[in-house]
Amino acid sequence: MAVNYGSKRSVVGAHYGFKDWLGQRVTAALMALFTVLVILRLALIKGPVGYESWAGIFAPQWMKVLTFVIIIALLYHVWVGMRDIWMDYVKPVAVRLSLQVATIVWLVGCAGWAVQVLWRI
Amino acid sequence: MSTEATNAAKKKRPEFRNINAFTDLTTYRLPLAGFVSILHRISGAIMFLLMPFIIWMFDTSLSSEISFAKFKAAFNIGMLGLPGFLWKLAALALIWAFLHHLIAGLRHLYMDINHAVSKEFGKTSAIVTLAASIGLTLILGAKLFGLY
Repeated sequence: MAVNYGSKRSVVGAHYGFKDWLGQRVTAALMALFTVLVILRLALIKGPVGYESWAGIFAPQWMKVLTFVIIIALLYHVWVGMRDIWMDYVKPVAVRLSLQVATIVWLVGCAGWAVQVLWRI
Repeated sequence: MSTEATNAAKKKRPEFRNINAFTDLTTYRLPLAGFVSILHRISGAIMFLLMPFIIWMFDTSLSSEISFAKFKAAFNIGMLGLPGFLWKLAALALIWAFLHHLIAGLRHLYMDINHAVSKEFGKTSAIVTLAASIGLTLILGAKLFGLY
């Protein structure tokens, strides 16, 4: 049989987890770039960092839109990671499903809070 | 040859199942790449558990001048009956978790893109990851606790 593993694996059928695997990496790359952007904007502040200059980093509309995208990316990234942890360590289906549902509820709630903070600036 | 093969097949092979977290896991000697891997998971879990604290910091530091002052006071004076240095320690835990997760994640991305999967690269990149994350944590931690 031809090589059917690693990058040569032929992905046919459904739900091999490729979407989550790729999604976790794409969101990770986005968040890493966003970190660089925030550090750059922080470095451009002259003098000591006070409220005005700190809030000023997130104040422009384009920065709010970008930060919003990052909050959604984080939500998805954390979901994939926490689901991996539950799947690895929690075997009883009822407990695992409950924890997964609780994780989604919790993460969506946190994302809502973060978005509210963002558009209050 | 054939008798040896059948003897080997008959010999009872050891079975490993139901690993005990306290008696078995502690006897495992992980390679450095293994440490980076489990710390990647632990650092992710720490950030997940401390997420309310993260969003609280995002909230109070950005909402207004008054909340910004509250944010600073929590770390300088204290909050909820806990002294400031405990809140700084929580922040330091987050700083380490973020740095380790980020650098170990970049290592993963690099290996995914380049297919650089060799024993040597696994070890050297693990050393770089640990040195960078711990080093940066010490530098930022010293700043956080006002050592410079």
